[in-house]
Amino acid sequence: MSARNPGTDLDLGWISRVQVNQPAVLRRAEQIQTRRTVKKDWQAAWLLRAVTCIDLTTLSGDDTASNVHRLCFKAKHPIREDLLRAMNMHDQGITAGAICVYPARVCDAVQALKAVGCKIPVASVATGFPAGQTHLKTRLEEVRLAVEDGASEIDIVINRTLVLTGQWEALYDEICQFHKTCGEAHMKTILGTGDLGSLTNIYKASLVAMMAGSDFIKTSTGKESVNATFPVALVMVRAIRDFHRKTGIKVGFKPAGGIRSAKEALTWLSLMKEELGADWLKPDLFRLGASSLLGDIERQIYHHVTGRYAAHHDLPMA
Amino acid sequence: MEDKKRKKQKEKETARDRAPGERHPAPQLMAASMGTGEAASVRDIFSSMQYGPAPETPSIAQAWLSAHGRSLGHFVDGKWLKPEGRLTYTTKNPATGESLATTLQGEDEDVETAVQAARKAFESWSQLPCHIRARYLYSVARTVQKHQRLLSVLESLDNGKPIRESRDCDVPLVVRHFYHHAGWAQLRDIEMRDWKPLGVVAAIVPWNFPLMLLTWKICPALAMGNTVVLKPATYTRLTALLLAEICAEAGLPPGVFNVVTGTGAFGSRLAMHPGVDKVAFTGSTEVGRTLRRATAGTGKKLSLELGGKSPFLVFDSADLDSAVEGLVDAIWFNQGQVCSAGSRLLVQESVTSDLIDRLKQRMGRLRLGDSLDKAVDMGALVDESQQKTITEFVEEARAEGAEVFQPSDPLPRKGLFYPPTLITGVNSTSRCVREEIFGPVLVAMSFRTPKEAIELANNTPYGLAASVWTENLPLALEVALSLKAGTVWVNGHNMFDAAAGFGGYKESGFGRDGGKEGLYEYVRPAWEDPHHPNPGDVNYKTFAASYGAQLPPVPSQKEVSQAMIRVQEAEIPSVDRTYKLYYAGAQKRPDAMYSRPICNPSGKVVAYVADGNRKDVRNAVEAAHKAAPGWGKRAAHNRAQIVYYMAENLELRREEMAQRLSALMGMPVPEALREVDASIQRLFLWGAYCDKYGGTVQETLLYGATVLIREPLGVVAIACPDESPLLGFVSLFAPAIVRGNAVVVIPSEKYPLPALDFYQVFDTSDLPGGVVNILTGARDHLTKYLVEHQDVQAMWYFGSEQGSKFVEWSSAENVKRTWVNYGATRDWADLHQGAGEEFLYHATQCKNIWIPMGEIFAN
Repeated sequence: MSARNPGTDLDLGWISRVQVNQPAVLRRAEQIQTRRTVKKDWQAAWLLRAVTCIDLTTLSGDDTASNVHRLCFKAKHPIREDLLRAMNMHDQGITAGAICVYPARVCDAVQALKAVGCKIPVASVATGFPAGQTHLKTRLEEVRLAVEDGASEIDIVINRTLVLTGQWEALYDEICQFHKTCGEAHMKTILGTGDLGSLTNIYKASLVAMMAGSDFIKTSTGKESVNATFPVALVMVRAIRDFHRKTGIKVGFKPAGGIRSAKEALTWLSLMKEELGADWLKPDLFRLGASSLLGDIERQIYHHVTGRYAAHHDLPMA
Repeated sequence: MEDKKRKKQKEKETARDRAPGERHPAPQLMAASMGTGEAASVRDIFSSMQYGPAPETPSIAQAWLSAHGRSLGHFVDGKWLKPEGRLTYTTKNPATGESLATTLQGEDEDVETAVQAARKAFESWSQLPCHIRARYLYSVARTVQKHQRLLSVLESLDNGKPIRESRDCDVPLVVRHFYHHAGWAQLRDIEMRDWKPLGVVAAIVPWNFPLMLLTWKICPALAMGNTVVLKPATYTRLTALLLAEICAEAGLPPGVFNVVTGTGAFGSRLAMHPGVDKVAFTGSTEVGRTLRRATAGTGKKLSLELGGKSPFLVFDSADLDSAVEGLVDAIWFNQGQVCSAGSRLLVQESVTSDLIDRLKQRMGRLRLGDSLDKAVDMGALVDESQQKTITEFVEEARAEGAEVFQPSDPLPRKGLFYPPTLITGVNSTSRCVREEIFGPVLVAMSFRTPKEAIELANNTPYGLAASVWTENLPLALEVALSLKAGTVWVNGHNMFDAAAGFGGYKESGFGRDGGKEGLYEYVRPAWEDPHHPNPGDVNYKTFAASYGAQLPPVPSQKEVSQAMIRVQEAEIPSVDRTYKLYYAGAQKRPDAMYSRPICNPSGKVVAYVADGNRKDVRNAVEAAHKAAPGWGKRAAHNRAQIVYYMAENLELRREEMAQRLSALMGMPVPEALREVDASIQRLFLWGAYCDKYGGTVQETLLYGATVLIREPLGVVAIACPDESPLLGFVSLFAPAIVRGNAVVVIPSEKYPLPALDFYQVFDTSDLPGGVVNILTGARDHLTKYLVEHQDVQAMWYFGSEQGSKFVEWSSAENVKRTWVNYGATRDWADLHQGAGEEFLYHATQCKNIWIPMGEIFAN
């Protein structure tokens, strides 16, 4: 991960000046999908890069040690060894970016990764994921326990009530407390963008989250009705750019929820490259929160290498 | 290993070939820009994360060219026409220099053949039921859609524009225009029932959107029942010829749409052909002027869509990141070779440095490359001459001390490329700020307040388009209405649609492409016969130039009839009535203090009127300009009240007016009464229109509102006819002022008195001073100075054939809108001839304001 974000003071003046024009953002978001494309070897290389940025995720009520175990093995070997070898990429240590689970599964994930000899971080969602509608005290305790269990990244959710009622100071204070409780663990702040009501609120919440010390800002929990869309991403990465320009601090970005196809993954990468630059194309500043995406990427890689479309059973499931 | 070496070698070469003036190359972006990453392996790319080449295959376009032996003729009367012995022009791909095909340099005989074919086709095409024409246009739309890919690839090859643009913008708009106008073809007899087609339309289009712009001409032309002869631009002829072939495939009858190729001079010969009834032109203001002069007095209808220097206004209340993206659409779309390019950035001072920082960062990420690469933002310029003029503009600015910013990536080695450029440190006097560069060059300046922003934005002879960026709705709308431009985008730039007319104010031309407003360019009033005037040669230098030449006003030259009245059985002279000029709401003596006699039919002088001259014109125009803004902004209801009040006051003088009219014209009193009554009725008619022609909502593809506003022109000069001296006068000034214009009127030269008696009507009807100004004198002499006045926005002329020719010729200088009668008279009492929609068309100019909407999000 890149250098930590120490946070800054809350700058309410900056927040009050935020202007987001939704129709113009939608136009740009459309264009992002058509202005760039990568083909052939470029496509394969970019897809592999996308793999290294995936937070391979399972966030389900029926998660148990066994499916978390399987996921961890897949994180270690995201692409079939022979396919990597065919591209001369087998010795590049290609793994997923992290494993992302509920707090109660952190121990399972830490153990499984240890067993498979994989050093990628375990990320835990926390703070009353997904809705954040629990008491601050329990939300803080959740963070503390997840860190104690070995999670080195904490994906906190923000209190959407505070955004919708315009209580930016209270929001700042809460996130600062989460930040403090995270300690050494990196904090990724989930805005729950689908709950925030407007792009302007998303921009403002992004700024508050960064001022309060978030190492990443993340779009959504995957449980809202609208998740990681390009317009939302555009607003958030513009906030990251602005924050970087004004403070010199680089904050990472994690779109999550609804990202399924390899083609989308490429668009996400080019969005980062275009809006923020090459620094934001690596897992220390960019993550894709997804569960089924990896499967589609592996199929595309299979096709790139063999020229044939894979059957589901050709590739090991996650 | 081998690969790496080759790559390094490449990088070296690239650095050597860097364009002069590129001081800081950014090697990491090189392969991206150069499309030379062939040597890279997955491993290299994985670490560099560069873009690679993403070529669209040209094979389909090449196959079409090969199928025609790479040698194309004209397309006339439904088939290829390749007359012997023509010179040829070789079309090249500007991104690579590769030859694509040869086309013909047409000669007079080819114009003749094409116009004859179109004339013949017009006979049947114009007679078809609307529904049948609609079916043909619909079929063309469908067939074009089937060949979309071919059309966009060929367009990019020919012009150098990125395939993304031809694929996502140009060609979809072409399709949209055909569908939209298939609808107008169907509805013509309902929606345009008082109009009829013109005949043969000569369409002359430029090279920047070769296919799209020609569609903007031929769709409304064909929909209204005209036939077309098109001359594409020299550099870009291929897609026009392909489209002609596609139309034939779609079953369009032979001769309805013809394409001939040739030089600019060849285009002029097409425009001048006597068999052409209308010239529709898009291109430079200079060529537009030439065409205006060339067609002056011929009776050919003309529409001009010319250049621009469109402002892009960013207020401190704007979403600055979105404004930066808007600039990419505004000035780097199609390499800036867009007539509506947002080339003048005006930023509120408080956010200038912030915006410029963001902009420079964004510019660094624009990719230049082969037009068929799907991942480039900018392609090649169309021709070397373009590259040269752009360079000259930029170097001149640099020499002047301006700061020129260009991103550091080197340009592709081959092809006609120019980097995205931002010029700061210039101001309103700099040439790069005033003149159209037609390239990827943006100039930026600051303003302090909205008022200053509007003044700076309007401080240009052009008026094609503008955009305003703010989240403040009252500000956005006020600025949009205050800008003198045919299209204003709010928080966007370069949005187009078939349902909204596009065209200019001021020297950006007249006429609209698209929307219902665009149809009027291709029709004439149903009652009117085609004009075939024969004015002969007019000496433009001397025409009507001498003052007082016609009737030296000396006493005893003519018998003067004395006005007497009877008072207590005695005949005494009535109090002398002196007719002065009327401007700024008061009667004024003429500058030269000359009078001219007005005679009745028996030759007796019935009155002397002021003989106006150049200086009186100057004063009257000034008065009109003072009044125009306030008058235009008045509530329409209020304007209506004033016009009705005029009717009321005219009726009070009904008998007196009729008596005087009868005495002056020697007409029976009942007939004179009829003219007075018709005038009262006409005032009522136009009073009614005060609040009923303001505009409409256009049904474009925009999510939001595209609002058509019919704005006043400003100051309209009107030279009235001699027939119906009262009704003609009323019929002309009334529609102009009800739509918010101020007018300078020359009443009938022979019979000006009824108009002068109107002074009292104006004065008693609460009409603000300066809205109607009246100058008596020699019609053509006064007309000359009005039409030559740079700040008169339109000239309506009802006089001689020669005068009409002079007005049209002289209007070219500032691309003034004109309406002339070519010496023909009309029946002013007839409702169609004296008060049709034509009057409203001439009294207004169309502005389309695009207002995107949207804030609702998710929950």
